[in-house]
Amino acid sequence: MNDTPAASPAMKAKHQRLVLLVIAILVLLAAALAAIWALRNQASYFYVPSEIAADPPAPDQAVRLGGMVEKGSLRTEADGVTIGFVVGDGKARVPVRFRGIVPSLFVEGSGVVAEGKLAADGTFRAENLLAKHDENYVPREIKDMTEHQAQQVVAETR
Amino acid sequence: MIAELGLASLWLAAALAVLQLVAAGLWLRGKSEALGGVIRPVAVTQGLLALLAFAALVLLFCRTDLSVKLVALNSHSAKPFIYKLAGTWGNHEGSMLLWVMVMGLAGGFVALVERRLSDRMLAATLGWQAFVSLGFYAFLLFSSNPFERLDSAPPEGQGLNPLLQDIGLAFHPPTLYLGYVGLSVAFSFAIGALVTREVGPAFARAMRPWVLGAWIFLTIGITAGSYWAYYELGWGGWWFWDPVENASLMPWLAATALLHSVSVLAARDALRAWTVMLGVVAFSMSMVGTFLVRSGILTSVHAFAVDPERGTFILALLAINIGGALALFGLRASSVTEGKRFAAVSREGALVLNNVALSAILGIVLFGTLYPLLAEAMGAKVSVGPPYFNPMSALFAVPMLLVLAVGPLLRWKTDRLARIRWEIVVPVLIGIAAAIGVAAFARINVLPWIGLALAPMLAVASVLPLRGRNPRRTPFAVWGMVVAHFGIAVSLFGMASESAFSQEKLVAARVGDSVEIGPWHVTLRAVQPVAGPNWTALEAVLDARYAGNAAQTVRPQSRNFWAPPQQTSEAALHTRWNGQLYAVLGGEAPLASGAKPGDARWQLRLWWKPFAPLIWLGGGLIALGGLLALIGRVAADVRRLVAKDKIAWRRMRQGR
Repeated sequence: MNDTPAASPAMKAKHQRLVLLVIAILVLLAAALAAIWALRNQASYFYVPSEIAADPPAPDQAVRLGGMVEKGSLRTEADGVTIGFVVGDGKARVPVRFRGIVPSLFVEGSGVVAEGKLAADGTFRAENLLAKHDENYVPREIKDMTEHQAQQVVAETR
Repeated sequence: MIAELGLASLWLAAALAVLQLVAAGLWLRGKSEALGGVIRPVAVTQGLLALLAFAALVLLFCRTDLSVKLVALNSHSAKPFIYKLAGTWGNHEGSMLLWVMVMGLAGGFVALVERRLSDRMLAATLGWQAFVSLGFYAFLLFSSNPFERLDSAPPEGQGLNPLLQDIGLAFHPPTLYLGYVGLSVAFSFAIGALVTREVGPAFARAMRPWVLGAWIFLTIGITAGSYWAYYELGWGGWWFWDPVENASLMPWLAATALLHSVSVLAARDALRAWTVMLGVVAFSMSMVGTFLVRSGILTSVHAFAVDPERGTFILALLAINIGGALALFGLRASSVTEGKRFAAVSREGALVLNNVALSAILGIVLFGTLYPLLAEAMGAKVSVGPPYFNPMSALFAVPMLLVLAVGPLLRWKTDRLARIRWEIVVPVLIGIAAAIGVAAFARINVLPWIGLALAPMLAVASVLPLRGRNPRRTPFAVWGMVVAHFGIAVSLFGMASESAFSQEKLVAARVGDSVEIGPWHVTLRAVQPVAGPNWTALEAVLDARYAGNAAQTVRPQSRNFWAPPQQTSEAALHTRWNGQLYAVLGGEAPLASGAKPGDARWQLRLWWKPFAPLIWLGGGLIALGGLLALIGRVAADVRRLVAKDKIAWRRMRQGR
């Protein structure tokens, strides 16, 4: 550590600047590489039911599942806080289990995004549910879905 | 009438910004001597006019003047007065007006009080400040006019999002904006120094109070915002790595780095180009944050209205300001001569590590925030959350915190680690003992474990710079550093403890049922209806006993607002010295099959969060440290000015 630029006066003035610059760039580069590596592993992808049916995610991978809550599928278990329901997109259906307090606008026949993991038995274990809050605050996925898929989905669920 | 007055002042302010920019430009090029004198008064007047425009909008909201479109869309006559007032900035147009008002006032304040800089540099700074302001004036006037009238006034307004109807709204946005905009002044100083080639200690000393002030407000804004989200959302979490939270964190990270590098420049005349670069980056992050939040590219409670035109406008402003600044930096960087040199082991060396680590964390957060947008542009929908942000930011935060323990003890220019080994040994031993102790008694994850070991070590190390000093003669700036660093240790301890030891219970309880959670024994005594000014609610009355002590009553509510119709849950908190009980009432649990009607059960969610309040207490201490340093710096500047005046006065008398 002692052969630093200031300790060796022979070193030209430009050199310390260069050393600092190189350190800064190396660290930032390391940060960028670490970020890219981590994002490939940790980003949670958005699925609709037909995609889960076609190509299910790995059991321990956090994903988001978006679709319509099928009418008549909502069940509450005996403990009063665990619910089960089916999310569908008109092509495929995925059973979902969720333990928690549901958002106020979570109702059958409406859109939902569930965050969680797909269990080995094909049930989606949701850790969090996102539903439409109000006209100004709609999760992106639901909004896009109502634009692209709503007519088909609504026609089938009505 | 008031709306027209507000709009007129806004146009006038914009016109004065043009004058300020042109006058500064012409005077700097030596085209007109006379224009030099108008720059300061114009900057002050421009700030006052922006203030007038803002005051007009506040008045319109307080009176609920429904003929103004913005008021009709965002307010309601039955709203409590404080939310009518705060509702002024609880929407897109109003918050942008708040932004330009603060920016105008900040520029005016610089023009009024700044005496240390050369006239040339001040002109360049104010000119650039006018240029940046002008972009925002254009944005307001052409694409988000807050004073637009409706042809016919509706009978009633549409109301304010109930999540925003909280006392937090009165403080959280203005503090964050003061922070964002304070950085715009630092940005203008950096550009002024580049234009006039005066990057040196004088520039750093002029810029430092602004960086400190902005940083204090950002710290308070982030701390308050985090606490607000914690109790208002009812999710029991205090930081979600939501893009909007990141938008406020990124300028804070850049400002923290800038704060440390500007100290090096002021004290030791080193890190010149780097400091200027950070000044540009810090304000860029403010603008990126504004773009992310206001463009509607993200869905959040902060994105008031989705309007692609506005997003494009802010993006254009961002490109012009930042592109211009970076181009200027590229042209002038070679003319910024190298500052004083220093050894690797020195105060400067430690501060360089701090800066590099903060920049790396900034990069990680920026990348993680933008990645979903980039991915979506390529057709994949992803979201990035804590599994990415927590370990990746810790990767650089942990080494930075280790350096934080040592850095303040090192001398400027050159030092040896051997000299401070006996001072360092105490905190290191404490840290090792904490690490072993926690590992022996609790099974917790790696990150909280590191936090619980680092926090006591940092707490001890942070007060070491006071050793051997007379407390009365210790400068305020040193006190500020000690308090802020201690606050980091406090906050870190709270975060680690909350993450490691929180307990959660989710039950459906009948009236009279009891729940055990950690040391608490909670009984549901009743569920009753209550009514507020613009909502009705169900309220659970809970008797909570801590380890057999007397019962405390906590009352979580599930509220139904009717303008606009929306349900929110009001969490109830009970704070003790060693943690917080957090209770949420969900709603009536659906009847299980075979149950008798009338056998109602209520969904309750309870958390016991040991030492969680330390998170925000630490944030407060960090801001307090900044405040102490700011007072110290400003007092020293004032003393210097007074001494200078005295000398000038004596000379004048002797000359007589």
